[in-house]
Amino acid sequence: MSEQLIIAGKSYHSRLLVGTGKYKDFTETRAAIDASGAQIVTVAIRRTNIGQTAGAPSLLEYLPPEEFTYLPNTAGCYSADDAVRTLRLARELLDGHKLVKLEVLGDPKTLYPNVIETISAAKVLVKEGFDVMVYTSDDPIIAKQLEDIGCCAVMPLASLIGSGMGILNPWNLQIIIENAKIPVLVDAGVGCAGDAAIAMELGCDGVLMNTAIAAARDPIMMAGAMKKAIEAGRESYLAGRMPKKLYSASPSSPSAGLITAA
Amino acid sequence: MKISINGNVKQFENEKLTISALMLTLNLTGKRLAIEKNGAIVPRSQFSEVQLQDGDVLEIVGAVGGG
Repeated sequence: MSEQLIIAGKSYHSRLLVGTGKYKDFTETRAAIDASGAQIVTVAIRRTNIGQTAGAPSLLEYLPPEEFTYLPNTAGCYSADDAVRTLRLARELLDGHKLVKLEVLGDPKTLYPNVIETISAAKVLVKEGFDVMVYTSDDPIIAKQLEDIGCCAVMPLASLIGSGMGILNPWNLQIIIENAKIPVLVDAGVGCAGDAAIAMELGCDGVLMNTAIAAARDPIMMAGAMKKAIEAGRESYLAGRMPKKLYSASPSSPSAGLITAA
Repeated sequence: MKISINGNVKQFENEKLTISALMLTLNLTGKRLAIEKNGAIVPRSQFSEVQLQDGDVLEIVGAVGGG
């Protein structure tokens, strides 16, 4: 397919963005990401190990930043200040890299986003020149406000992070998509390939997922399934589905020319 | 001198210590890391010049798997 996903002026042929957490080891991480075809991968920023494990291999050796577009996140941040501080460090870590995923959480049990803090962090980050892809609730008003602030993509949840509960409110997602002039990606909640396809059929520009692949019984096979689901969902959206004709069947075979009893 | 690194206070014999020298001591040389000293980011290009002082608070971070 020639049509591309464009985020902050850069085009990507893959509309599947993947996380790099929760895998058995870096070899599995790499194999799953290769199978997914993803070009954008999220990473977390954490205190480095000081001491015995200082010589241990790092994620960057398995996913060279030259090969993938890194999307450093602010997972685990519960305030705008912490999120901004984390992404400033990420920019330094990745040599001035500007594309980031902002998420500010509001509750450790549900990991539900705190949209007030998210908006406040987004304002600072946009002003400082970051290209902000922002994780948020599926509230259409908040999504629009984040766009107006200058975020480069808005990423509403399908359901709670890591829950695999699928798309709980397709109607809200549809409102967000209809209102947005920037890419809308579903981030969080996708559990299986069917969920990913539905997100794309709704008209999402892409899907970001981690646990749905990493926690599958066979993560590498699931990564391949997700790749196909994203492509199938996108093509189904572009092709335009037939209208639903409730309680009104229409035969696919001709009604004329039937043999009749003599 | 005492320096807090990622929340743990460490004692160093050295009177003078640059960030580069500290990284060598901690076996972190060559790793892709970002460092914050007393709340301000120290650009990697300045690691060899910035002198650490008793009581400095450092955060040393890297990229790890995450979603």
